[in-house]
Amino acid sequence: MNKVFASAAQAVADIAEDAVIMSGGFGLCGNPENLIRALHTQGTGGLTIVSNNCGTDDCGLGILLKGGQVRKMISSYVGENKHFEGLMLRGELEVELNPQGTLAERIRAGGAGIPAFYTPTGYGTVIAEGKECRDFDGRMYVLERGLTADFALVKAWKGDTHGNLVFKATARNFNSIMATAGRTTIAEVEELVPAGELGGDEIHVPGIYVQRIIQGEHYEKWIEQRTTRPRA
Amino acid sequence: MAFTRQQIAARAAREVPHDSVVNLGIGLPTLVADHVPADANVWLHSENGLLGMGPFPFEGEEDPQLINAGKQTVTVLPGGSTFDSATSFAMIRGGHLDLAILGAMQVSQHGDLANWAIPGGRIMGIGGAMDLATGAKRILVLMTHTNKKGAPKLVAQCTFPLTAVGAVNRVITDLAVLDIVPGRGFVLVECAPGVTPEQVQAATDAPVHTQELA
Repeated sequence: MNKVFASAAQAVADIAEDAVIMSGGFGLCGNPENLIRALHTQGTGGLTIVSNNCGTDDCGLGILLKGGQVRKMISSYVGENKHFEGLMLRGELEVELNPQGTLAERIRAGGAGIPAFYTPTGYGTVIAEGKECRDFDGRMYVLERGLTADFALVKAWKGDTHGNLVFKATARNFNSIMATAGRTTIAEVEELVPAGELGGDEIHVPGIYVQRIIQGEHYEKWIEQRTTRPRA
Repeated sequence: MAFTRQQIAARAAREVPHDSVVNLGIGLPTLVADHVPADANVWLHSENGLLGMGPFPFEGEEDPQLINAGKQTVTVLPGGSTFDSATSFAMIRGGHLDLAILGAMQVSQHGDLANWAIPGGRIMGIGGAMDLATGAKRILVLMTHTNKKGAPKLVAQCTFPLTAVGAVNRVITDLAVLDIVPGRGFVLVECAPGVTPEQVQAATDAPVHTQELA
């Protein structure tokens, strides 16, 4: 099976209106920039997007929000996007906030064939409203559902033609777990290499989870909070 | 006289055990790192997937792919590691963190924590706050004793949306250090320099007990 697509545009071409999309990244770190841009250019609307954040006004997923392409966001933190807030207050965007660890575990569970799990996080808060709660060994837990998506868009540092992926530093974040939870997972990488070049022991995401892979280009790799220390 | 922000951070650093794994929340808790002795062998965890977080990088050495949960550029110490978000929160939820130091908008006498939303305020999101408050072995809260309008943030019952129930062990404010003791409520551990127990009680919307009666 040839997983290598020639362009981001070709890789996202069959993403249809109202699709459920997972998009990797934490803030603007480790975003699938090429795939998001291609989806923006394609103009597909009515999207439900699962992503920890929703970009900033002009970066990352922010461009899909501005393009009016998003119907619903499932996220944990949305504080850096003013446009997002406006859409939500006007009722033009549905938002489901999850605790970050619950969001991560829902994705991991979805990719691993687990339909639901109990977590202590959120018990006694609005997060638990309407959900089954249960006592295990004297402590209360909330039943949360696993999450899957029609398409998962992920960004890795290196990948090979079999779809094996390797990440760098904290750019792994939600990317590797989302790769497991997409019915079709599309990966973009900074460096696409022939199968066999990455050692089996260094691979973070085995290629079985990745259906399409592209060589990314023009990475902007924004920094949201540039913090440094003086040289002594 | 009361504690300044840096004095709150310095006092909080004394709560950090040697050889521990600690997560510092955004804002005031982040300042604690500067006050932890270098020989304490404290490992900082950042929930976006980093254990062994080092100081900010030197100018020109920032790596966009190496950030903390506040989205700040950071470094990783020798022996540190990076991992995915599910693994990171498994560490938190699984009770592998010794201490989380968090900010708060309200803490109740039952140890309930409210730190993610104000009714009618801007929607920011939950982030890792609920998982940290629920999962870390010990929860230390750093905050001002009253809000900008002078209203107490230590209360009988939280009126803001909760982050976690019965989670907080100790609170350090500009006025005092207080424990939350199950069945008793707020117990005064110490006052900031020049602050009296009466002043602490006056600024608290619940009974403040003294340690002697414990």
